[in-house]
Formats: sequence, C-alpha cells, structure tokens
Amino acid sequence: MTDRALAVTLRQTRPIPLDVSFTCEPGQVLAIFGPSGSGKTTILRSIAGLYAPHEALVRVGPSRWLDTVAHVSVPVHRRAIGFVFQDYALFPHLSALGNVTAALGHIPHAERRTRAEALLTLVHLSGQFDRRPAALSGGERQRVALARALARDPAVLLLDEPFAAVDRGVRRHLQDEIDQIRRSLDIPLVLVTHDFDDVVRLATHLLLLDSGRTVAAGAIEALTSRPDLTWLREAAGLGSLFEATVAHVHGSRGLAAVAFDGGTLLVPSGSLAEGMRVRVRIPAREIILARERPTGLSLHNVLSGDVSAIHGEAGADHVIVQIAVGNVRLLAEVTRDAVAQVGIATGMPFYALVKSVSIQVRTTQ
Amino acid sequence: MDPVALRVSLTLAVATIALLLPLGIWAGHALANGTFRGKAFVEALVAVPLILPPTVVGFYLLVTFSARSPLGAAFEALAGQTLAFSFAGLLVASVIINIPFVVQPIQRAFESVPREVTEAAACCGLTPLQRFARIEIPLAWPGILTAAMLAFAHTLGEFGVVLMVGGNIPGETRTLSIAIYDRMQAFDDRAAGIMAATLLVMAVATLSVTTWLGPSVGRRRD
Repeated sequence: MTDRALAVTLRQTRPIPLDVSFTCEPGQVLAIFGPSGSGKTTILRSIAGLYAPHEALVRVGPSRWLDTVAHVSVPVHRRAIGFVFQDYALFPHLSALGNVTAALGHIPHAERRTRAEALLTLVHLSGQFDRRPAALSGGERQRVALARALARDPAVLLLDEPFAAVDRGVRRHLQDEIDQIRRSLDIPLVLVTHDFDDVVRLATHLLLLDSGRTVAAGAIEALTSRPDLTWLREAAGLGSLFEATVAHVHGSRGLAAVAFDGGTLLVPSGSLAEGMRVRVRIPAREIILARERPTGLSLHNVLSGDVSAIHGEAGADHVIVQIAVGNVRLLAEVTRDAVAQVGIATGMPFYALVKSVSIQVRTTQ
Repeated sequence: MDPVALRVSLTLAVATIALLLPLGIWAGHALANGTFRGKAFVEALVAVPLILPPTVVGFYLLVTFSARSPLGAAFEALAGQTLAFSFAGLLVASVIINIPFVVQPIQRAFESVPREVTEAAACCGLTPLQRFARIEIPLAWPGILTAAMLAFAHTLGEFGVVLMVGGNIPGETRTLSIAIYDRMQAFDDRAAGIMAATLLVMAVATLSVTTWLGPSVGRRRD
C-alpha cells in the first residue's frame, strides 16, 4: 500500500447493515457496484464523515479520518475530500464560479478567482462562469459539481452516482472527462454506481456490494473473468473486460482491428482511430464455442484458446465456461445441454466465436 | 392623527424586530437542524402566543412585571421604574407575543435548505460558522425577511396585550391602535378614520412585500 492510499473498514448491523473492507490506491478507480439500497452511498458518506458507522476505520495515507476504536473522528470540513453528490447539491444562490470559489478556502484570496476559472475551463464551462445552477443544464451542473469537488485539491475523490441524472449522450462525454481528469490527478477515486456501463467505462477495480456486504472485490479484469460470480450474472450479466489498442482502422469496411493480449478482434470502427487505448467487453452470452474452426460464416472473430474453468451451479440450466485466449480469459455462457453434447471439459482447445457488433468497445484515451 | 402614537408604534415595531430577529434566527436554526429531546414541546411553546387570547397573555405578563415578582422587582431596582405600564414592559410583551411570527417562518426557511447542500458545503471545507453565514443564511434569507415583516405588521396592529400591559400613556405606551380606540371613545371619527387608514396602508404594504418575497424562496433553490 502506498502512502496516499485510501483504506476503509466499516462494520455495523443496524440501522444499515455494513461489512466492507477495501483499499484504493492513487490512480485507481474503485467502482462500488450494487443495487439500490445496498449501502453504496453510506460507504461514501462514511469516508466523507457525513455518516458514522458503529465500527469504522478510514485512513488516507498516514492520516486517520475515522477510527472508532481510538475515538478519532476528523470533522467533515477538515477531511480533504472531493465529493460529487448524486443530485450535485450545488449552492443555488451562487454562480458557477462562486460554487467553485467556495471550495478554495485553503488558498490565498487573490488566487481563488484564477484557480476557479481554470477549474471550470478544465470541465469545459469557460463560457458559463456567472450562471447560477438554475440556469445550467443537467450536464453543466454535473461539471460544476466536479470542478467544485476538485477545487479542494482532494486526497480522495468520491463520486455518488455521478451520471444518474443526465441522459445517455451527455453521460458518455462526462465519463470521458472524468476518465481524463482522474489520469492527471493521481489520487484514489471511489465511484458508486448501479449502472454497469459506468464500471465498464471507468473502473480499474470493482467491489460488488449486496446488503452492505462485499460479494467480491478485485481488479476489474480479474473479477470480470471469474466464472463463478452468479450475483454479477444476475445484476449485470457476465462478460470479460480487458484493455486493447486499436491496431488498424479499415475505413471502407467500417471495422477496426483491436489488438489485445491474446490476439486481434474486429469491431465496428465507430469513432476509433489508430493507436487509441480501448476497453473491450465481450458479454458471456454473445460467445459461441466450437471445437473446430468454422468456415462459411458471416463472422469476423474466431479466437482459439483452451478451456480453463467450468462453473455450473446445481439446478441451473446454464454453465459458465472460461477460455484462456493468450493472457485474457473470456467467459462464455452456454446451456448445460450444450456442454454435454459438445463434451466441453477443462484443458480442451476450443474456438470462441464472437460477432463484431456484440463487442462493447469504450475508448480510454 | 396622533403623530406621537405613530412614533411609539413604529419604535416598538422596529425595536421588537431588532431584539427578536437574532433570537429567532438562532432558535429557528436550532429547531430546524436539531434532534434534541423535548423539541416538540419547544415547538408547541413557540406557537402558544398564536392561540392564547391577548387578555390571557396580558394578564400573565402583568403578574410577571409586578413589583412583587422577581423579574419586576429586579427591573425596578435597576431602572427605577416598574416594567408594567412602561415602554420597556411593552417591548418585552411585544417580543413575547411575536415569537411565533418570527421563529416559525425562519425555522421553515432553514428546514427548506436541502441537507445535501449544507453537506456539500462541509465537504468544500467550510466550517460550521462559514456554512451558516455563507450558505444557510443567504438561502433562508427570504424566510427571515418574511419573519421581520410579519413581526412588524403584527406589532403595529396589536391591541389587547398593549392595552393590558401598557395602558394608554401618551408618548410612552399609547400606540396607534390604542389611539384609534381612544379617539372612537371620544366620538372623534375623523381622527380615528385617518389613523385606521394609515394602519391599513402599512399592513397592506408590509404583506405585499412578504408575498412578493415568498415565491422567491422556492425560485432560488430550483
């Protein structure tokens, strides 16, 4: 653990059950994913000091913010946190600039305006300095909230369902911006969401939360390639997530070749450009397994690998097959019947067939 | 028209607001944010002057102000005069009967400041005092102004308690509403009419300002 990492342990049974323990290193994005009412927001509020669980330890680097054993509790305004609230909680009587300036109490008076303007420019709001929140769109309010959260030079950035109130198009832009900003920040970032798209897009680490308990936690690539996460299958569907690079764009074919640590995939080119870093997710339900390389199919992606694990729950009619393709482990969801008919067993070589349009690609700059 | 009575009325109204507003802001804020024991009882106590007949309030105040009560005796020892039938006594009575008109709107105003907004202010590094001065007071301001206006209008119009506690001493405790009664008793309809019209205009003007400010409470926090 580095000296600026966030370490959190929270435990209580009532009124909101909580039993979690995790760390988040600078530069990491820890997504806490779970259904409404699972205690996600309570975790963020505990880190910020807006909520005090019965048993808790919250540390950022060497400083202890909350330690119920040692009776340490740093008040909210003395914790260096950036908090983006679900409905932004902007100060309605202050302009966009005033909202950001309010969080700049730690720097000299003369520098505040320049710094606030720089922050609003960073989130692409250079023309809206004097507008009050009521005169801003949902996406713009979100940006003000983000600029205000960054204004404190936080040691931890906390985002509570940051995209819940904006429409799909704006959401993509905001996700891009947050992704860009967090790369330049180098602080722990904790993101709470119930939308798996946010996870796919932003998270480097994932904590699955159900009724205040950790279902599973770990690095995103390791966690999304686990075949045994029935909970995640039901909540968001299984599907391996991995990093790749755009190797080539076939403009005339409308396709792009993305290279990953195990081969190359052809995906719809969209707005991809050569050299871009992307995140790829292949939903487990979209993969077809074949024992021999098929021919005569309208299919671009045939990946060869070996079955590395099989997970089937008693009574379930489906089985999750994990296939190692190079260093990436893909998941395929097939029926129990298919496993019996084709004779899938661990260690066997197989081909994983994926339609280009089934592959989810997210740019990460 | 009795200009001295008008002056007494206006002085009383302004002094009432000056004394009660800081108290009302403190109490309203405490009631809006606090979760202390006996809060419901305190809230009921605040509202009591609204429903008690002015004569009942006046009676108890007179008993309290009398030289035989500790408060009355202390005041007499300090000021050399009785609290009853003096401007000071009138002011104390006015402050007490105006408590609900000031505390309740201010409490509602603080209650309507969204909790996340003050939490966000704390997350921005603002101390409790800075949050109060820079976030809560500005957002509750229309409610505070409403409270001041209500207390002003109510003080100008108060009759029963003033008559009980203050009597009818020109230049000391004779307010405009008492003067109207006084003139009516003397069959001076013209003077009573002019003063009644003056009070009517002031009441309408005050309430217009209040209603005009009212919707802006919601508008500001859209």
